[in-house]
Amino acid sequence: MHSLDSYLFISSMLFCLGVFGVMTRRNAIAVLMGVELILNAANINFVAFSKFNGMNLDGHIFGLFVIVLAAAEAAVALAIIINIYNNLNSINVDDAAELRQ
Amino acid sequence: MAELVFWFVAAITIISAGFVVLNNQLIYSAVALLFTLFGVAGIYVFLWADFIAGIQILVYVGGILVLVIFGIMLTNKIKSVRISHKSMQQGVGGAVALWLFIFLSIALSKAPWAVSEAIEPSGTVREIGILLLTDYLLPFEIISLLLLGALIGAAVLSRGDA
Repeated sequence: MHSLDSYLFISSMLFCLGVFGVMTRRNAIAVLMGVELILNAANINFVAFSKFNGMNLDGHIFGLFVIVLAAAEAAVALAIIINIYNNLNSINVDDAAELRQ
Repeated sequence: MAELVFWFVAAITIISAGFVVLNNQLIYSAVALLFTLFGVAGIYVFLWADFIAGIQILVYVGGILVLVIFGIMLTNKIKSVRISHKSMQQGVGGAVALWLFIFLSIALSKAPWAVSEAIEPSGTVREIGILLLTDYLLPFEIISLLLLGALIGAAVLSRGDA
């Protein structure tokens, strides 16, 4: 039906939008949303290659692991963001540029 | 018909992803992210990945998106839903992203992918379960430990000095 290229095209579009978000956003939560877009793009690639490689389910397992890692990453990132907010009263990533107490 | 539905789902995914990175109101970005995640789940359905599509909706929409919205609410003094935030250097960022996209499209259209056809399976849950408890048993256990550690770490970090 659809070729592999159309899926790769969609996922590269999603990836570039995510990279754009990570580069231009300054709110830490918006940066996190960009990272989620990038992870989803990678996951589409995993599942697409799995289908077009004779329904090899290894790609699905990788996709599953990526989703679990994204959940862990979001939990830790939001905890860090809330701490930054409590300390600096802002979640602009440019404000959090100091490595001292 | 299926062709039409596929491109409709793909368009929803891409357009709402554009909203996520371009909208100036944080809550609106989060709501657009909801549609992107649903669209990606739809693409998984077209790729015969029923289990991954279900997990995508359960974990991303039910878990991560709710976490993100909690994060937005906990880090802003909410007076209205219009929490604005600015982007910077959109020109340069857009140029870099566009260049990356053109590069990727050329690369993936020229690459000789080794494609092999497959028949549509009746379901993938059984095979994924068997794989997770045989070939991928050790990664499965490690990732469950990692998830446990990450969640405990998140709870400890966000509790502050109690």
